[in-house]
Amino acid sequence: MKVLKANQWQPLCTVADLVENAGVCARVDGEQIAIFYLPAENPRVYAIANWDPVGKANVLSRGITGDIKGELVVASPLYKQHYSLRSGTCLEDAAISVPVYEVVLDGDAVLVEV
Amino acid sequence: MATKKVATQKIVVVGNGMVGHHYVDQLLQQRLDVEITVIGAEPRPAYDRVHLSEFFAGKKPEELALTSREFYHSHGVKAHFGDAVKTLLREEKAVITESGRKFPYDKLVLATGSYPFVPPIPGGVRDNCLTYRTIDDLGAIKSEAEKSTTGVVVGGGLLGLECANALKNLGLEAHVVEFAPGLMGVQLDDGGSKMLRRKIEALGVYVHTSKGTKEIVEGGSCGSGSRLRMVFGENDHLETDMIIFSAGIRPYDQLGREAGLEIGARGGIVVDYHCRTTDSDIFAIGECASFGNFIYGLVAPGYRMAEVAVSQLTDSKSIFNGADMSTKLKLLGVDVGSIGDAHGKSEGSISYVFSDEREEIYKRIIVSADGKTLLGAVLVGDCSDYDTLLQYFLNGIELPANPQSLILPATAGGAPKLGPAALPLAATICSCHNVSKGSIVDAIDGGCCTLGDIKACTKASTGCGGCSALLKSVVDYELEARGVSVDKSICEHFPLTRQDIFTICKVEQLRTFDALLDKHGRGRGCEICKPAVASILASLWNDYVLKDSHANLQDTNDRFLANMQKDGTYSVVPRIPGGEITPDKLIVLGQVGKKYGLYTKITGGQRVDLFGAQMSDLPAIWRELVEAGFETGHAYGKALRTVKSCVGSSWCRYGVQDSVGMAIYIENRYKGLRSPHKLKSAVSGCTRECAEAQSKDFGVIATENGWNLYLCGNGGMKPRHADLFATDLDDETLIKYIDRFLMFYVRTADRLQRTSVWLENLEGGLDYLREVIIDDRLGICAELEAQMNAVVGTYQCEWKTTIDNPEKLKRFRQFVNAPEARDDNVIFVEERGQLRPANAQERVQLIAKSA
Repeated sequence: MKVLKANQWQPLCTVADLVENAGVCARVDGEQIAIFYLPAENPRVYAIANWDPVGKANVLSRGITGDIKGELVVASPLYKQHYSLRSGTCLEDAAISVPVYEVVLDGDAVLVEV
Repeated sequence: MATKKVATQKIVVVGNGMVGHHYVDQLLQQRLDVEITVIGAEPRPAYDRVHLSEFFAGKKPEELALTSREFYHSHGVKAHFGDAVKTLLREEKAVITESGRKFPYDKLVLATGSYPFVPPIPGGVRDNCLTYRTIDDLGAIKSEAEKSTTGVVVGGGLLGLECANALKNLGLEAHVVEFAPGLMGVQLDDGGSKMLRRKIEALGVYVHTSKGTKEIVEGGSCGSGSRLRMVFGENDHLETDMIIFSAGIRPYDQLGREAGLEIGARGGIVVDYHCRTTDSDIFAIGECASFGNFIYGLVAPGYRMAEVAVSQLTDSKSIFNGADMSTKLKLLGVDVGSIGDAHGKSEGSISYVFSDEREEIYKRIIVSADGKTLLGAVLVGDCSDYDTLLQYFLNGIELPANPQSLILPATAGGAPKLGPAALPLAATICSCHNVSKGSIVDAIDGGCCTLGDIKACTKASTGCGGCSALLKSVVDYELEARGVSVDKSICEHFPLTRQDIFTICKVEQLRTFDALLDKHGRGRGCEICKPAVASILASLWNDYVLKDSHANLQDTNDRFLANMQKDGTYSVVPRIPGGEITPDKLIVLGQVGKKYGLYTKITGGQRVDLFGAQMSDLPAIWRELVEAGFETGHAYGKALRTVKSCVGSSWCRYGVQDSVGMAIYIENRYKGLRSPHKLKSAVSGCTRECAEAQSKDFGVIATENGWNLYLCGNGGMKPRHADLFATDLDDETLIKYIDRFLMFYVRTADRLQRTSVWLENLEGGLDYLREVIIDDRLGICAELEAQMNAVVGTYQCEWKTTIDNPEKLKRFRQFVNAPEARDDNVIFVEERGQLRPANAQERVQLIAKSA
């Protein structure tokens, strides 16, 4: 279990570690977080859990990003379900969702709220 | 509706061939209160006699089966096999079998079929003189062929030629002996018959016409070693090891004959429009029946008769009024078509003939005196006009002012094909299941809106499949006419098909996804369009797939150049061209597998797959593999996978060409080619086909004279045998055709469409593909070849490029903020001396233990 400490921003990496229009994975307190960098969007960074609850593996950071009817999504590389980058909801099955993390860019630094 | 309770009717069906089974099948669908008994003389339930020759191509009897004992049992049908009916007792209304069993009936259906006619030739009753009709016959032919080097088929009709092909495929020198002056005299006119002869002789079958066999004696007297000699006349004979009689069929009408039913002048139990014999409780259907003094020796009319006979037991009775005997088939790979009055016997008829001796094509149409109606046609060597001509013929559609345009080549001003709009509702689209355009329209009006729905609903195109292109065009036309736009857009981001996108990128020289999206798309793209466009860009420009503008378009497999497995780890498949590998390289694979803890398995494509690699280990694994001389195998990409081979003439006693050398050449030529779906290939060194080339997208089989090329085969979920595309090609022509074929497929296929489905959807099918690739009908061959040469010339091993690029290697870190850490969710257990992912239960136990 993640122990939440309110409003503490932890630096994860720099923008140079991110991949444009795709995801990378970082580890925070033993949890795997998928961070997506979409330079043309506002905000430019998004973070959801790396765990794919359908495929049951840590893979979401390796999915393809895009949009479905305007909703920013990543498609699981295993079975192609779409997860909203803003809400974590699975578009194919509203009963499934993944945790969403607060993430911001501070200059070159990528900060996540823990 | 109130129903009167009547005693259950006993229906006895004698004969369980294709037609007898169809009767039972149709009767079951009526859900009548009847008790059905089936009695078959053969030891097995009904099987597909039309495709009998496929037995020699390796099909097992059970694959030809149309039904099973279990099916009959579960539907309450009493079925008895291997016990022929011997006596028909009309007074008593019962039949008695050879073993003495007696079956009473209320209605009797005779579907006893026919038997091969064996001319009464002195000396013709021998173990090595056989017939060609049943699965048991085939078994006998096969075992006799093993002792033979030469085989003769007596009879140059449709079945005889099919049989000659079977002998040829069994490796025998095949001869056809025909009493008449020409081959397939029933279906073809003189010109067509001559062209057919020319073509099959070129395929290595010896044809002897106008020959009557006087006597069959022991052979070998002239030291030939042959077992038989067929004597035609003085100093005119033929030596052979086995003889197969296929000189026509005779109806099995004995039961009816002995029971006093009326028999036709040319044999067969006489039936009326209701398929009823002269005894109103007895029906006869299929080849044992004579309607209008004619025996219908094709399966489609037999099916029609079965349906008519079934309908007599219901409230909606239908009638049989003869049937069209037009036919289209492939004999020894030669297209042959015959429609209506093929001999032009109708009074006052006029003929138009087109003959091309270089391409070996013969076409003739016979039209009415006023030039308005098509009366008949003969096609040899090219059946692409058959469907159109058949529609003109069956539906009496008025011919164009210059009827000859229907058979002239397109370049000489040939007429366009008859469009779906021009067909009347009564037009038969699928003759196997008798589906008219009207029934298709009804199905669409009833709510079917895809080709698949319509096939399921009407059964159209589920028989021989010959009408699939026609059916598709009718369905598309009707859907569009109803405003159902058949949306072929690739996804919501592009209102375009894959083919459109390919053309746009090519013409506008677009080299990135963003450029394409800006000009022609909307939104941000998705996991469907991004990899599809990446593949198109690779086929066109062949840039490094992990180039910044391309990397994030790729599916995870292409992005990490490995195949993601269920637990998020990857498998690694180095290229092993043609399946040939040195001991040193094998050792390297073993060492790498051991060092990185990988599960190793031999693949179906003659390579080695190394499983269980964590993403962060991929670069190190590949550094070792590249150093040892391996290249990437593109197992992750929609690209050329493997070219499988047998050892061929270098080692094998039977090999006739160097199949390994050719496979390596082909694999190295096309490696890295990105395509709409994965591509597989194989090269076999002889007709024994050990490399299974006929199950590949493009397969090559060696012949004495070069290579035969097979296209659009497929294993997988829906297997498809590849079609023979061209024969006896030299190395250069072979590669030229493959270049053109692959590029044409890459250009025109839908996303994730294998070559097999692509061909099935290609209007004009295989004939059209030949015209494009061999005859250059579209004038694009030079361009296709140039494009292929560009792709071949810009090949790079993606892994070699990647391990030399530190920026790209950063992408393989498991965690950007913990470079050394590994995914602790990946848990392996040991099995049979190797690692595999732990299953859910093992996981729980392992995690509990470690806690």
